[in-house]
Amino acid sequence: MANALVFIDNPGAALKKSSLELLTIARSLGETAVAFTGELNDDVAATLGAYGATTVYLPSAEDLDNYLVGPKAAYLAAAVQSSGATAVLLDNSPEGKEIAGRLGIKLNAGVITDVVGVEADGTAHKSVLAGSYNTTAKATTPVTVLSVKANNVEPSPVGAAAAPATATVEVPAGAITNSARIAARTEKPVSGRPDLSEARIVVAGGRGVDGDFSPVEELADALGAAVGASRAATDAGWIGHDAQVGQTGVTVSPQLYISAGISGAIQQKAGMQTSKVIVAINKDAESPVFEIADYGIIGDLFKVLPQATAEIKKRKG
Amino acid sequence: MEETLKIVVLVKHVPDAQFDRHITGPGNTTDRDESILSELDEYALEAALQLAEERGGPKAGNEVIALSMGPSGAVNAVKKSLQIGAYSGVHLSDDALAGSDAAATSLALAAAIRHISADGRPVDLVLTGMASTDGETSLIPAQLAERLSFPQVTFASSLEVAAGQVSARRDAGAFSETVEAQLPAVVSVTDQINEPRYPNFKGILAAKKKKIASLSLADIGVDASQVGLAGSWTVVESAEARPPRTAGTIITDDGDAGIKLVDFLAAQKLL
Repeated sequence: MANALVFIDNPGAALKKSSLELLTIARSLGETAVAFTGELNDDVAATLGAYGATTVYLPSAEDLDNYLVGPKAAYLAAAVQSSGATAVLLDNSPEGKEIAGRLGIKLNAGVITDVVGVEADGTAHKSVLAGSYNTTAKATTPVTVLSVKANNVEPSPVGAAAAPATATVEVPAGAITNSARIAARTEKPVSGRPDLSEARIVVAGGRGVDGDFSPVEELADALGAAVGASRAATDAGWIGHDAQVGQTGVTVSPQLYISAGISGAIQQKAGMQTSKVIVAINKDAESPVFEIADYGIIGDLFKVLPQATAEIKKRKG
Repeated sequence: MEETLKIVVLVKHVPDAQFDRHITGPGNTTDRDESILSELDEYALEAALQLAEERGGPKAGNEVIALSMGPSGAVNAVKKSLQIGAYSGVHLSDDALAGSDAAATSLALAAAIRHISADGRPVDLVLTGMASTDGETSLIPAQLAERLSFPQVTFASSLEVAAGQVSARRDAGAFSETVEAQLPAVVSVTDQINEPRYPNFKGILAAKKKKIASLSLADIGVDASQVGLAGSWTVVESAEARPPRTAGTIITDDGDAGIKLVDFLAAQKLL
């Protein structure tokens, strides 16, 4: 009997790092199974085995991706019942959280979102009120549902890997009724940079870039970082809304956050103040961002960033 | 003219994020002094008002009902919504609700919405913000949809309603999506959908004449054991204020700050 079930939703050709993190956490809770959607290729199956999954459940229906949330939650509920899992782990994306939420109602199970750490007994650690409190929370129900933020554990494979068994889970009849249908889906242009919510390093620009994100992007590329932005910069249309870090955008918690030309008002701080190391560059010595920066530079980002970019390239050879 | 709509907008009274917020209540709950209408709910209210106005407003039979669940102070979120333009308000309040997690909250709200549906015509649309600015779990729209068996359309950045159907655009990671669902539906909207209006003097005066219905758990047929700390499926065991980040080294650029920055990153093993 599996103890932990990890939901992996349509990963494509290779598993994301956040999925490997979920598998690593799941192993610390007990025997691990995976509820999978999308095409399971041999490489992905082998990786799931290498990270300790003994069984991979697949849905009987293939059109789950044409509907929002509801049918996937119904499938996952059936997979929990098949596996006998007592802990369910999902990624902390908006859809991951919503699937978790609906699963909780279906199974009478407590749901904890935005989790940054899980103990062997299922106790979850999280950071709340824009990072101003650390809390521990626990489900009081037989099944615990956790959506876990990226970048909080180092993914590690098991020593001896075995190919996992596969099993089909019957998606309940009627799962698609009362669900919103996805009528059209267009892929956004791919930046080639890491995903903002998962990146190890984020370089973000704000009002101070004054319409020109190129020094921010060049430093990001030299560091292999994702590009973020303040709400002022996205509202001005200088960069897409997807790049917004903050209360109404993406919350990030990278190893390194470099803030350039961002004053650091509460709405921005809410999205980044749990970063491990914060570097701030701003012309205004009074900017609130300097109160939370580990390393602050009072200066012109158009001079400091290109100089740093050139120096990194030189050192990396 | 489009068919008229009965819309419930969920509005939450939350601690003002501009000030320090504290977890001091029983069961590690948030201190709710200095609370305001959650900023993100204003976008939902604006979306509701626009849909109703396109259909002739209250005179044509449209309804925009601001619903808040919370202690006595939460009525202020309803009052603010009425000043902005909601047509009527409902305040669900009961001592037993204190400390409800998302599951218990969605149970009570679903019962309140059924109650509102039974009073006159059924609700067509439940509109919410993308998250509360205090709990920030974004669970309520999904859990409410599950409990009501309504389709959920979440994180809508545009919204149209026609011929009994909702159509919305949304961002979903690497994709932009157009989604469609039949009414009745639960829709959450982002801060990209519109520019919320401010209450004006006329609106503030008019709000005084608008009706606020008070509901208790008994009114909506929910037992006290199903909600609050007792009815929640999660428990917050501890809450510790995170030590404030302390400022580190601050330098002023003398022409070599970019190099010094790289030295710092190298010393932190971040290169």
